[in-house]
Amino acid sequence: MKEIVCKLLVIGAGPGGYICAIRAGQLGVDTVIVEAVKAGGTCLNIGCIPSKALIHAADEFDKVRHMSLATDILGISVEQPKLDLAQTVRWKDGIVGRLNSGVLGLLRKAKVKIVHGPARFRDGKTVEVETETGTQVIRAETVVIATGSEPVELPFLPFGGPIISSTEALSLATVPKRLVVVGGGYIGLELGTAFAKMGAAVTVVEATPQILPQYDAELVKPVAKRLAELGVQVMTDTKAKGLSGQGDGLLIETADGKEQSLPADRILVTVGRKPRTEGWGLEELDLDRSGRFIRVDDRCRTSMRGIHAIGDVTGEPMLAHRAMAQGEMVAEIVAGRKRSWDKRSIPAVCFTDPEIVSAGLSPDEARAQGYEVRIGQFPFSANGRAMTTQSEDGFVRVVARADTNLVLGLQAVGAGISELSSAFSLALEMGARLEDIAGTIHAHPTRSEGLQEAALKALGHALHI
Amino acid sequence: MGEFVIKMPDVGEGVAEAELVEWHVKPGDPVREDMVLAAVMTDKATVEIPSPVDGTVLWLGAEVGDTVAVKAPLLRIQIAGESGQVTGDDEAAAEPAPKAEAVEPTRAEPVQQQPAQVRQNRAPPAEPAAAEPKHAERPVPREPAERPLASPAVRLRAQEAGIDLRQVTGTGPAGRIGHDDLDQFLARGVQPAAVPAGLARKTATEEIKVTGMRRRIAEKMRLSASRIPHITYVEEVDVTDLEDLRTTMNNGRKPDQAKLTILPFLMRAMVRTLAEQPDVNATFDDDAGIVTRYGAVHIGIATQTPAGLIVPVVRHAEARSIWDSATELTRLAEAARNGTAAREELSGSTITITSLGALGGIVTTPIINHPEVAIVGVNKIATRPVWDGTQFIPRKIMNLSSSFDHRIVDGWNAAIFVQRIKTLLETPALIFIEG
Repeated sequence: MKEIVCKLLVIGAGPGGYICAIRAGQLGVDTVIVEAVKAGGTCLNIGCIPSKALIHAADEFDKVRHMSLATDILGISVEQPKLDLAQTVRWKDGIVGRLNSGVLGLLRKAKVKIVHGPARFRDGKTVEVETETGTQVIRAETVVIATGSEPVELPFLPFGGPIISSTEALSLATVPKRLVVVGGGYIGLELGTAFAKMGAAVTVVEATPQILPQYDAELVKPVAKRLAELGVQVMTDTKAKGLSGQGDGLLIETADGKEQSLPADRILVTVGRKPRTEGWGLEELDLDRSGRFIRVDDRCRTSMRGIHAIGDVTGEPMLAHRAMAQGEMVAEIVAGRKRSWDKRSIPAVCFTDPEIVSAGLSPDEARAQGYEVRIGQFPFSANGRAMTTQSEDGFVRVVARADTNLVLGLQAVGAGISELSSAFSLALEMGARLEDIAGTIHAHPTRSEGLQEAALKALGHALHI
Repeated sequence: MGEFVIKMPDVGEGVAEAELVEWHVKPGDPVREDMVLAAVMTDKATVEIPSPVDGTVLWLGAEVGDTVAVKAPLLRIQIAGESGQVTGDDEAAAEPAPKAEAVEPTRAEPVQQQPAQVRQNRAPPAEPAAAEPKHAERPVPREPAERPLASPAVRLRAQEAGIDLRQVTGTGPAGRIGHDDLDQFLARGVQPAAVPAGLARKTATEEIKVTGMRRRIAEKMRLSASRIPHITYVEEVDVTDLEDLRTTMNNGRKPDQAKLTILPFLMRAMVRTLAEQPDVNATFDDDAGIVTRYGAVHIGIATQTPAGLIVPVVRHAEARSIWDSATELTRLAEAARNGTAAREELSGSTITITSLGALGGIVTTPIINHPEVAIVGVNKIATRPVWDGTQFIPRKIMNLSSSFDHRIVDGWNAAIFVQRIKTLLETPALIFIEG
């Protein structure tokens, strides 16, 4: 097969890779992208998008099921609803398919050549791709590694049979009766909550003392409360030990050291993700590492000249929007523009019920960095929009420097609050002070008023509490 | 309540103005009698100004680096009057506002408040500080490790222009850097440098106000370099015999005699040469168009001190023996370095020697000590092979790099002057032969 020679080769068409390729194409860079599975990567195929689809279906189902109860206070009555999970999954697959072809269309529009198949480095400039029609050799001036990440497997709970990862959980044909989730991070809780709403009896096993350990206890509290309402059993300080003898349950060791078996139809293991650094010839390149990740500098350059790396393979936070921003930056660097990573905020959203969003520094992080802080917190129980949508749990919190009122961080927990992430990040990127937020008119009646009120509260003159 | 005005004192010796080099107080500070308020510097001396009264500083009449005319108000001190004066209270309430207005323009543009004669002494275009916006003078303090505060658009522009935003002063709220601040920074002409990969780029800059001694030196050099068309003439001198003589003389010197360097010999040689070429031992007042030739040979010796370059003067070198010259040189050099040299010891030279000793290099281009017309620069002595007609022999060679005011001294005369010195130094006995 004829060799392809190009200026830029992107390995992996996940959010980081495809954005990098599209932007490079826009800038007139001769670009090739290689994808082993499907365009869109984890995010689009087995991550963000399908999980959000499932969560939405679960929410709707839960809502209607509530209406079917005699206790519904809105005055709506419906028959007992039924869920056909196979249909839900088909609907979800339809969306994924639309987005797949959307990404491919965008790549083509940007004149990016797409090569399907697993890639392998021959040397720093040459990559072999096993395509359906044979081995394709690609030589490139610059290579961008965007191979992403994959779920961590526990050695004593290898994936297979009843033990599933998030990937399988998104394509189940039926709702498991008893689901045990190992790992109380955001992926486990998002899926666990969805299955609980769809009718599964869910138990979450978490080894540390708190679920969602990356968030502070205040933010997690409304989530824990809602999990309890949904009947999800949360076992913290509890370790998974392996499959029980009959293979129909999970052996655990509880906080007091007792071993116990949790009956389970499915065991969902969500104990984190690891960078995909094997199987594509990284060993040929001998790139410097930073822990498990490929070490990159502020221009996403690896230790080898002409090789960049972006996205999950380069480290935490393993988030699609971080990968996209890196991809865009690298494309512009390859096109000869001066760029370096100077983002102030990588917002993190957790699509639990209620949602959690965090941008910038939490109060504890700010204090740990030596700032004297001023904190304003506004509860949604005092927000009209929250009351009229039957979801008053949660709050907006702003963290600012006490001396200059510069906003250091913004967090919120509440229904639909993920959409506030844009306002949070904008405030941080623009270098807003409390007065800037307080002085901005926020539309009434919306949850976003909570942001303005939190800033006012930090300034000492909140109007609605 | 009363007010006490302290004026720039007459620091003597016909000095019409002095440079303010240090404030020890700021407005609002309480002061007590005899407390040092400020330091001012004349051509050569630094004078401390004590407070004659108790009170509170109301305003300062100059900023550090400003030249203030003698008798010009320097600062105002509010002094306590008799309490209980009814009118005094009213005045106190009404006074501060108009005063503050009166003070502001003075402080913002001190130059314009000075008499014209003082202004002439300031380096004219070399004061960009006056043209800079006020905010540049009080940047918002920022921790070095902190990331600069700027919107994404500003950061992008900075990246494309190759500017490290940590070097840019933000004038927005909380020190935020805006497009205006970037414009300001770019207008100051920062050249981003391309650096090979692997080497770290250091972009820190430090602004140091040129005051006191450094400013005196700067003004003096500017005057010399801008007014005098220099001709520099370099010649090599074989000092082998001179060095032998010097060693012998040093071995036989009496305990009270200073050790001889090459300079006393050069001074004697110059004295003899200048007797034949009085046009080189002169000062030129170019405003008046008059050259003054001197019978006396007062030789300035450019001397490096911890504070900077100063030029103590060996007076009446023509009347000093070689040993006397050496003693005087040693004494003056020490006095200059200790800062104990008297004013008359630091002025009045008619010609100057500059020597960096072992650091003398091969060639220098000395700048004439205005208003003199000549300066003799001594380069280092090195042993070099010299062809004597049959073979190479090692000889001790020293270069003299001398500059002359070409308006007064023609190249021919300059060359003759140096050649005569060369002859004397190469045959040192000639230095000592009378007539």
